[in-house]
Amino acid sequence: MNAPQPQHAFRVVGTRPVRPDGVDKVTGKAIYGPDFVAPGMLYGAILRSPHAHARIRSIGTSKASALPGVKAVATGRDFPTIESLVMTVGESASDIVHVARNCLALDKVLYEGHAVAAVAATSQAAADAAIQAITVDYDVLPHVLGLEEAMREGAPLLHDDVFTKGVSPKPDKPSNASMKVVIERGDIDAALAGAAAVASGRYTMEPVHQGYIEPHGCVASWNADGQAQIWCSSQGAFAVRSQVASMLGIAQADLRVTPLEIGGGFGGKTAVYLEPVAMLLSRKAGRPVRLVMSRGDVFRATGPAPGAVIDVRLGADADGKLVGADIEFKYHGGAYPGLNAHSGVICSIGHYNVPNARLIGWEVLGNRPASKAYRAPGAPQVNFAVESAMDEIALQLGIDPIELRLRNAVRPGDPQPTGVPFGAIGYVECLEAAKAHRHWSAPLGPNQGRGLAGGFWGNYGGPSTAQVSITEDGSVTVTTGSPDIGGSRASMAMMAAETLQVPYEQVRVTIADTAAIGFSMVTGGSRVTFATGKAVIAAASQVVDTLKARAARIWGVEPGEVAWTDGEAVCSSGAKAGERMTLRQVAARAAHAGGPISAEAALNAAGWLPGFAVHICDVEADAETGHVRVLRYTAVQDVGRAIHPDYVEGQIQGGAVQGIGWALNETYVYNADGRLDNPGFLDYRMPVASDLPMIEAVMVEVPNPDHPYGVKGVGEVPIVPPLAAVANAVARAAGVRLRDLPLSPDRVYAALNAR
Amino acid sequence: MNYPAMNKLVISATVNGDAESFLCDPGTTLLDALRTELGLTGTKEGCGSGDCGACTVMLDGAMVCSCLVLAAEAEGMAIHTIEGVAEGGALHPVQAKFLELGALQCGFCTPGFIVAAKALLERHPDPSETEIRYWLAGNLCRCTGYDKIIRAVIEAGAELRQERKAPELGTQDRQRLVSDPSDSTDRGALATIEDAALSDAAFEGEAAAAKVVGNEPHPTEIEP
Repeated sequence: MNAPQPQHAFRVVGTRPVRPDGVDKVTGKAIYGPDFVAPGMLYGAILRSPHAHARIRSIGTSKASALPGVKAVATGRDFPTIESLVMTVGESASDIVHVARNCLALDKVLYEGHAVAAVAATSQAAADAAIQAITVDYDVLPHVLGLEEAMREGAPLLHDDVFTKGVSPKPDKPSNASMKVVIERGDIDAALAGAAAVASGRYTMEPVHQGYIEPHGCVASWNADGQAQIWCSSQGAFAVRSQVASMLGIAQADLRVTPLEIGGGFGGKTAVYLEPVAMLLSRKAGRPVRLVMSRGDVFRATGPAPGAVIDVRLGADADGKLVGADIEFKYHGGAYPGLNAHSGVICSIGHYNVPNARLIGWEVLGNRPASKAYRAPGAPQVNFAVESAMDEIALQLGIDPIELRLRNAVRPGDPQPTGVPFGAIGYVECLEAAKAHRHWSAPLGPNQGRGLAGGFWGNYGGPSTAQVSITEDGSVTVTTGSPDIGGSRASMAMMAAETLQVPYEQVRVTIADTAAIGFSMVTGGSRVTFATGKAVIAAASQVVDTLKARAARIWGVEPGEVAWTDGEAVCSSGAKAGERMTLRQVAARAAHAGGPISAEAALNAAGWLPGFAVHICDVEADAETGHVRVLRYTAVQDVGRAIHPDYVEGQIQGGAVQGIGWALNETYVYNADGRLDNPGFLDYRMPVASDLPMIEAVMVEVPNPDHPYGVKGVGEVPIVPPLAAVANAVARAAGVRLRDLPLSPDRVYAALNAR
Repeated sequence: MNYPAMNKLVISATVNGDAESFLCDPGTTLLDALRTELGLTGTKEGCGSGDCGACTVMLDGAMVCSCLVLAAEAEGMAIHTIEGVAEGGALHPVQAKFLELGALQCGFCTPGFIVAAKALLERHPDPSETEIRYWLAGNLCRCTGYDKIIRAVIEAGAELRQERKAPELGTQDRQRLVSDPSDSTDRGALATIEDAALSDAAFEGEAAAAKVVGNEPHPTEIEP
């Protein structure tokens, strides 16, 4: 069952049907996080810290509580005292105590925007007025924002109970450096000393935000009997359930979380911020409470991707074979540890064979919002440094950038950074496709340059549950617990239709609440089409077996004498040989011929394969203004097999553009007081339509042998190569290499005029 | 803060063709009134500061960010929201093309894009790719990279033009306007800043065009 079928055998996979939730989303009917209304609902508001670092001496809430319309006020003291517990959700892990403190500060505020108190009232205006009536007495402390500043002796310490993880023996002093990851092999210093070419440099960037257009929003209702409901926009209703239940000390079965439509997440909506606070307010008020963030709240208080300082030395012999990589990076953790430096180490040079390596990753805390996952979390930053260094080696040795990468690219069977051999990966196929693409050889004009970069992301599988049921009329329902963030209802319906051999339109998909379906891990890690898809295919396969058994029973033959062909039961032997029964006919009689036809598959999907991508970018650099314009962009990616090519291309195009924004425009800007200077879309400048050309997505299909339809995760790797692809293009257009992101006009102008 | 001593205003306006009255505070935005008082949550708030375009609506034929308009300013005016774009059960060609071409992922920015794109095509039935990109530059999308959105608007324009006049383009010609994504032909030249910038001339007579298109039924159905 796991062997991928050849392309020609598919009837639905690889087509481009309209998504089942499409009409709701183009007509304004779809209900997102801030749209949901519960009967008797109150409106909440949150008071946030104006300081980057301060001790809370006292919080005065009596004036606010006395205001008309105010029904509840909550502070961090309303959380029960809970024991430390590291919970893994999606691509990072957090101590649940820290998650609670992040939702509402207890003794200290750790960044500007840290939630301090919350109010629920009968109108939004009343709630907004009430938080202004709360008085907080702060003892302002020195703050620290920079990575190396935070690691220095005597730096302001955020936590006295965080010790550097990954250092042995365990340090006896707490530190802002919350995690260190080291992978070493060979003799790096000797290798670099003997290299024909060495590219070295320091690369930096400030945090960037995921930039989903929908602010976080939820409604919570906690009843007097202890049972509760949350309606929210999240990448994982089950992750909301486990975190909120743990934080509030309630049984998970007492908390039903219903996923609303989600307006983008990119990793940033795997965390909880509002839900526990809405729960506390609801318990006090006895009514449902809605909390919605403003855009400023989203920028100030939700997880950006870490900024970084990355030191790289990369060496190659005269033939361009890499001999050594010496990489040390420091990533922002922000206010609380997220324990996610590991993926950066793995992804740094995971796409190349390098015999000698010293790879060191640090996670460093500072007075900023806690870093959260952002699309291939940890990979783009270090990839920017490594792929820039690759470009420098190509220039030093006079080797074509694609040829240099082909000489070093990992192939199936080569060891991963962890030592485990790679499976059926397609990096070489991507490089070959890039080389053959006409973009690579197209002419360039004056002040224009072409950059190329490759990238790698590990992807994931993991636990998912799916249910497939046949209705009385033979149409099909599929139920999963994986929020649909970019068209996955369509791919689930397509895989079920393929397995059942029925038309796509005969299958409808529901994303269920946490009480209606078994556990699924978050929508993240590029895992849903792979892992939840495997569960859907497994459940649909069980349904096919049941359909055959029911037909056999109706015909009075052995189940082995019935085949499932073109969506119909076909009797293959005996007196009924050659007779056919449609799905509709079997379904109509099923309830009284053995019972309803429904199957659930709950599995831990193994066999995922990493994603590889090669991006080509043309830019023009304006010497008068320093403005860099992307003229042409081609993104080549091994997608395993595209179930719905439109949505695979969409992932590639969207990831590439997020990366272009990261390279050229986007950055957090803090002032000397530790306050964010650009907490809005005007000054945090994400790419708009007029900034961009079409993004050509080239899908290379190297099927995954461990998925029935060959699926590999596709969502994350497209954001890995763009930073270096853009920077390499600028380097070749302008003749200067910029190592600090973003490549903003002022920096490019200064570099061009210093030539 | 003057709470609780607030006086509600009664606002009467035409919303998607129907006469409506609602209460609001003097400081309530049109966006909040639409979402909270009228239950029209298809219009989204992404920023509240006019930077993202998710709250785009038409106000007496002008395209506005409803987060930057006070509800009281809409007194006596005609408001058109995403909920009024489809005519009965028939999707507008812009909506249909968004679905056919996969021009949405999360869908949160989609209502604003559709209202804005429809407004563009009513004023300027045959925009270039660059003109579409500049018209939609006030609408942020974080999922798609805009590629498929631009293609959907190009195709919707072609479909609308065919409806309005005698067909000038055959189906194959229309398909040629948007190249097949799997096609490896050179498309790098499609988007250059040197293309004709938006000219004011293109928007002259917009009121007449808006009325004609806005009142015509659009028989386009989604193909399952």
